[in-house]
Amino acid sequence: MRNKFSVVFVAMVLLTTLVFAGGQQEGGPIKIGVAGAHSGDLASYGLPTVNAAELVVAEANANGGVLGRQIELIIEDDVCQPEVATNTAAKLVGDGVVAVIGHICSGATRAALGIYTGEEIITISPSATSPGLTQSGEFPVFFRTIAPDDAQGQMQAQFVAEELGVSSVAILHDGGDYGQGLAQFSQTSLEEDYPEVEVVLAEGVTVGAVDYSAIVNRVASSGAEAVIFGGYHPEASKIVGQMRSQGIAVPFISGDGVKDESFIDVAGEDAEGVYATGPMDTADNPVAQQARQAHVDEYGEEPGPFFMNAYAAAQAIVNAIEAAGSTEYQAIVDALHTEVVSTPVGDIKFDDRGDAEGVGFAIYQVQDGVYVEL
Amino acid sequence: MNFQEIKRTLGVALWFVFLTFPIMVIQVRQVDMTIDWRWENMIYVGVGTFVGGLLWRFALSRRKTPGKAIPKVVSEDEHVSLEAVAGTGASLKQRLAALWAFVTQQKFRRGIYIAFAVLLVVFPLVNSLYQTSIMTTALIYVMLALGLNIVIGLGGMLHLGYIAFFAVGAYTYGILNHFFGIGFWLALPLGAFFATVAGVLLALPVIRLRGDYLAIVTLGFAEIVRIVFNNWNSLTGGPQGIGGIPRPGLFGIEMNLSMATTYTYYIIVAAVALTIFVVWRFYNSRLGRALVAMGEDDIAAESMGIDITRIKVIAFALGSLWAGMGGVIFASRTTFINPASFTVWQSVIVLSCVVLGGMGSIPGVIVGALGLILIPEYLRAFSDYRMLMFGAILVTMMVFRPGGLIQKKRKAYTFPVEEERTS
Amino acid sequence: MSSACFRSARTEDNMDTEYFFRLFFSGLTRGSIYALLALGYTMVYGIIKLINFAHGEIYMIGAFIALIMSGVFSIMGMPTLAILVLASLVAVVYSSAYGYTVEKLAYKPLRRAPRLSVLIGAIGMSLFLQNYVLLSQTSNFLPFPAMLPTLPIPGPFRGLMNSSQLVIFITTAVVMVILTVLIKFTKMGKSMRATSQDRTMATLVGINVNRVISWTFIIGSFTAALGGILISSFIGQINFYIGFIAGIKAFVAAVLGGIGSVPGAVLGSLVLGMAEAYAAGYISSQYEDVFAFVILVFILIFKPSGLLGKPEVQKV
Repeated sequence: MRNKFSVVFVAMVLLTTLVFAGGQQEGGPIKIGVAGAHSGDLASYGLPTVNAAELVVAEANANGGVLGRQIELIIEDDVCQPEVATNTAAKLVGDGVVAVIGHICSGATRAALGIYTGEEIITISPSATSPGLTQSGEFPVFFRTIAPDDAQGQMQAQFVAEELGVSSVAILHDGGDYGQGLAQFSQTSLEEDYPEVEVVLAEGVTVGAVDYSAIVNRVASSGAEAVIFGGYHPEASKIVGQMRSQGIAVPFISGDGVKDESFIDVAGEDAEGVYATGPMDTADNPVAQQARQAHVDEYGEEPGPFFMNAYAAAQAIVNAIEAAGSTEYQAIVDALHTEVVSTPVGDIKFDDRGDAEGVGFAIYQVQDGVYVEL
Repeated sequence: MNFQEIKRTLGVALWFVFLTFPIMVIQVRQVDMTIDWRWENMIYVGVGTFVGGLLWRFALSRRKTPGKAIPKVVSEDEHVSLEAVAGTGASLKQRLAALWAFVTQQKFRRGIYIAFAVLLVVFPLVNSLYQTSIMTTALIYVMLALGLNIVIGLGGMLHLGYIAFFAVGAYTYGILNHFFGIGFWLALPLGAFFATVAGVLLALPVIRLRGDYLAIVTLGFAEIVRIVFNNWNSLTGGPQGIGGIPRPGLFGIEMNLSMATTYTYYIIVAAVALTIFVVWRFYNSRLGRALVAMGEDDIAAESMGIDITRIKVIAFALGSLWAGMGGVIFASRTTFINPASFTVWQSVIVLSCVVLGGMGSIPGVIVGALGLILIPEYLRAFSDYRMLMFGAILVTMMVFRPGGLIQKKRKAYTFPVEEERTS
Repeated sequence: MSSACFRSARTEDNMDTEYFFRLFFSGLTRGSIYALLALGYTMVYGIIKLINFAHGEIYMIGAFIALIMSGVFSIMGMPTLAILVLASLVAVVYSSAYGYTVEKLAYKPLRRAPRLSVLIGAIGMSLFLQNYVLLSQTSNFLPFPAMLPTLPIPGPFRGLMNSSQLVIFITTAVVMVILTVLIKFTKMGKSMRATSQDRTMATLVGINVNRVISWTFIIGSFTAALGGILISSFIGQINFYIGFIAGIKAFVAAVLGGIGSVPGAVLGSLVLGMAEAYAAGYISSQYEDVFAFVILVFILIFKPSGLLGKPEVQKV
């Protein structure tokens, strides 16, 4: 080891280590963490949450803050990877946050909860839909403003079987933790509750592939009368687009990963007639309209995926701290369970497991370029 | 730096203003179809690249003519003492160089290593949970990089699928624990074993491939492993992964989070120490030398009587072993694994650790891995600009130190008489 | 999955043939898309033996600039055809400029460095460019206007492919022919081949190697941007990350065909595209990459330097 550069480098790293290892004091602003994918392939699902948190906090701070203190956001990237998420969580714990808005992906959330649970840091995710996060009872610190996959899967199955009345469906998913989970729940629900509907194809597609015409052909030749898709809007719009361009006009049903304005923007005309399950009546909800308007004014574009859920999460936590009258863990948890707050996804409070009550689900259909509740 | 160069830098700055114009200045607002002209960005780019360009030019010119005086002081007399330059009218540079040479003398080297060891041991005691946590991640990557270094640094085989063996190790623990309740300490050797088997299985068909063809096949192998883990729901939990993996146990003692983190940290420190020891012994063994010979020229090595096939398989097996062991520790630390942790990108990161640190050099690879994993963490202070800066740092490092931070020293046979002078 | 296979087996024979041909055109589409990217890859590789990881980002930037410019031009109220031509032109010129700059900045100082160091530099560059676009534009997926002209589909193929696919096939074929002619017959092409064979020797016979390399990057980036515009227009969406996966696939295709060979890149891309399409169509879509890679491994085991690559002459 005879190299100047390297030793200087090591010394630098170690020095920074010591510098960064400072503690934190009481008083001052209330710190809330925002964690999720802010770079890499899933950044487009993580960054809208940052915008939502910023908007809610800016408004709260402008109105004099919470408990007379300002709120400070600590925004950390976890790239949606479990191991980075544990580091992110440790960082937020070290920074002294009272609550975390996030994480975005179920896997990363689960890994991070291993740390938050022990440290009693409240975690409200806008997008982690894996049912186990609340139903296992392992993570009392965990709350979410989005419905778990199983409820949605059931709803899709019911809709396909009862409303559309088809006899065969193809179920596609994107192979991710959200998409595959959702698709699986729809499939289970169909097989158990509606045996008259045959699942003729259940397949994953490769995310980011340049062309889906092969799988679309497969759907066509399977004779499915409807397609259920679990996944996010970029894949959904590619698949729908190629289905339509090949003249396959069967109904396309998807979940809240697709019930998003960007889907209509991207898919354009092909989006017409697509069904998606999503949080109830966001369009007419004044809070939602206001949140959307605030986003357009501030950032100059339509809000991205999970923005409304994240907005609700930020509102819920800010409101709970205010109602609790302190930043004590138990007090905030109690407030989350009891206080009803008006959010873009409805008037919500949280049940014992941490799922939001009042986040109703509805089936939407794209009609003339907007999602219309059926 | 003369006027000519400044003028040229100005030209470069203008070029960058032109280059970044459509992406940094124009923003089309899709909502109401209007254009935001962000002219201020143009000024930032212009001024930024001008200043940066001057620095770049300055640094490049220094790189081309390395301060000739400095290495001379060092190389002419290994046993240079501080007194030798203290009284003379040596420049600050020379003094620093002399000090450097003094500090890095043979007799001090052991001291430096011991100091590092002590620092590693006390690290979790003086630092926060976060610091310990990222250091654990970094050390896991040190282990991976040391393992990959056997294949790439010594064997000269471009391996782009190394993360697959890491995944095999992690999933060994995850699956065995989930179905049979096997604990960490039993999973550790099992993970290493399965990864080694996987390494041999990969090595056998690709013996004939070289260079980029080998790179592609190994990359494909890693993707196959990841996709299978992602789709084999009944065994691996698919993309939802396996959760609730226990942290390493210590005679059944209940530990809270920070104790468990510290304990895991010490386990990985011990594992890294073991890795360093074994890899170092391997470097100096007959097999290790044969591997280096093969890495430099396989035909020459073969004609010297080295069994290329055997060496390649051994290199792959030994390299994969450490990845498997690292994987088990990784799974126990995160307590949750899913295929998202084992993408091509992760393989690329491990490869970067090896190349950035200096291929074939043990201290180099260690420094490379620590740097590459810790830098993005410390760059969190720059929030959004984190990965942008990380990319820029990678490019800059390679431009200014293309051989890696600490370059491998070639083994040379030295005559006994001269043994005093070389080290 | 299996029930679907039986189902298609039960249907009539001509349905089966039609299904087969539909998959054939799916594969052809994918293959052509990979080829547009792989061509740039393989050219750069042929000259400086560098796996240019940033190539995928150039493709992304090309598409992004086309999108931005088409937005600007359509706000200015230009007719569709003018938008298509102008936006593509600006995008292609800019991408070439980006390719040229990337080479000068990150690769030229590393001419004599170990190959892997340049590779890491390229990875850093790719990361930088991705985040540059992410920060200065947006992380969201944006709709990409369907700019491709509508062509009539020749009779027998009607119903098997659509107009944008046809445009992609034609462009790929044209680009491949032009590149082959360029490399085989022009002075620049001859210099390129000479540089690729022996850089020192090329310098000795009076070839300005740096200029040749710059031109290679410019041409490579040109084809990448062309690919970016066509593909984004075909898929209809774009975000800052599209370059990475496409880049990896193109790299695989280029190696499969024998890296450094222009017809090889096209053949490799087509084989890869077909393998994926048939795997998705007959076996399983979630395993399409697995089958593609298995085929790759088999081909490389029997032809270790790719389909059309020249076997390396090993010297001691």
